[in-house]
Amino acid sequence: MLKLPVYLDSNATTRMDNRVLEAMLPYFTEDFGNAASRNHPYGWKAEEAIDYSREQIAKLIGSSEKEIIFTSGATESNNLAIKGIAEMYATKGNHIITAVTEHKAVLDTCKHLEKQGLQVTYLSVNREGLIDLEELAAALTPQTILVSIMFANNEIGVIQPISEIARLTHAAGALFHTDATQAVGKVPVDVESMGIDLMSFSAHKMYGPKGVGALYVRRKNPRVKVTAQMDGGGHERGMRSGTLNVPGIVGLGKAAEICQTEMESEMKRISELRDYLETSLLKLPESYVNGSREHRLPNVSNISFKYVEGEGLMMGIKDLAVSSGSACTSASLEPSYVLKCLGLSDDLAHSSLRFGLSRYTTKEEIDFAIECVEKAVVQLREMSPLWEMFQDGVDLSTVQWAAH
Amino acid sequence: MAYSEKVIDHYSNPRNVGTLDKSKTEVGTGLVGAPECGDVMRLQIEVDPETHIIQDAKFKTFGCGSAIASSSLATEWLKGKTVDQALEIDNMDIVEELSLPPVKIHCSVLAEDAIRAAINDYRIKNGLAPLEEKAHLH
Ligand SMILES: Cc1ncc(COP(=O)(O)O)c(C=O)c1O
Repeated sequence: MLKLPVYLDSNATTRMDNRVLEAMLPYFTEDFGNAASRNHPYGWKAEEAIDYSREQIAKLIGSSEKEIIFTSGATESNNLAIKGIAEMYATKGNHIITAVTEHKAVLDTCKHLEKQGLQVTYLSVNREGLIDLEELAAALTPQTILVSIMFANNEIGVIQPISEIARLTHAAGALFHTDATQAVGKVPVDVESMGIDLMSFSAHKMYGPKGVGALYVRRKNPRVKVTAQMDGGGHERGMRSGTLNVPGIVGLGKAAEICQTEMESEMKRISELRDYLETSLLKLPESYVNGSREHRLPNVSNISFKYVEGEGLMMGIKDLAVSSGSACTSASLEPSYVLKCLGLSDDLAHSSLRFGLSRYTTKEEIDFAIECVEKAVVQLREMSPLWEMFQDGVDLSTVQWAAH
Repeated sequence: MAYSEKVIDHYSNPRNVGTLDKSKTEVGTGLVGAPECGDVMRLQIEVDPETHIIQDAKFKTFGCGSAIASSSLATEWLKGKTVDQALEIDNMDIVEELSLPPVKIHCSVLAEDAIRAAINDYRIKNGLAPLEEKAHLH
């Protein structure tokens, strides 16, 4: 029996793995110590658990365990990285480069800094969702202190050319930060070989608990420092104060360990399911995959169904928990800015669905999803005047719409 | 968002989906909304030229569940009314019948616009003066 609605929104969050929960439980009760308590075994035990988690994470991302700063999640990591670099390197320069399809936690942080007088360049993306390396090279100046480009996009899963971005950034003497929230644990990430100086990620996207994440901060070649954004006890090498969330951090560590051991088989299984879903749905006429299919996470598919309205579509697939490209909670519809950056028209952006698969997704669930979407799209098109006009050969862009 | 039972019913079992021959003089067609706004409604009526009674009504709608339900309900209400009676259908009647929340009132406004547009098309085709613009309090 399927549990309804079928959960296909794994880019929003993932179910926590039971093994992660088990690892965490003792640290809520028996082993409740403060990792900063140096004078008794309660503290030592907590510190040991934290250190072990650092090792598990370091192995997954190819760093040293000393380079992991624990935070409350990727939003905080992004804020700490970008604001912290802007502040720490203010005497060196005042220019940051990012991209238009970044998560709000990066974009709004950059906007905040712009108000304080920093210069920010927002790189555009092509139809595939990829940045142009030449545009990046041209944007780099001696004033540039940081380039922040996400590893994989949360809406379309598109993976940027991380190593090349790092190389160009370093050649210009700047540091490279990447928001890898969607990538860590899903695809191989190696901060050394990829040349990453700072990297944000979050436990709840990788089968760990919500409210805990980390910022990787390089310690060698070069030694990177960020100015703390909260004042306090000077935890995490002075970069992030606050008593460590021991159970959460234990959970993040365990989640990282499981992702590392299972990544290879998981990537294969999930991408096969995703491809099956995608090729099945693309049999519907006038359906399009958004973003590069080649440079992409294995667990995401973002598809637009032309001539079907997004909210109506969502209503037709209420047995599926997916995200749509429109945030139509009010009369004024807001299509996804990421899809608009790819050059999609508002109506195509509105009629998109994001399918996010996970460790727990089954073939049976995907079969069910295919059936649901096909049925809804066919029914709604039968009801759609636009579909009828399209079938009659009317060019919709030439129609004079009586917008009210 | 939670939809009312009536909206769900019209969405799942839409009444009078279809197309009337728009070249016929007895048929009036109204096409309102725009794809980029997320709603396009096409409403058609077929009028008996003797009695001015609407004998048939069909719709096709691209839009959310509330837009589909508003136009489906409108076709139900139109059938059997005279053209003049049809003009009395007010968007707030639709809001009430379908229990539309405030953010969905525009769907009912669009349905009312579609009714007027269809009637107007019918009037123009039959040599009658077009209706005056009606100001909406959106
Ligand atoms: C790319 C990306 N960055 C940042 C975040 C924010 O992560 P968190 O929920 O851990 O703050 C998310 C999740 O929504 C994300 O997908």
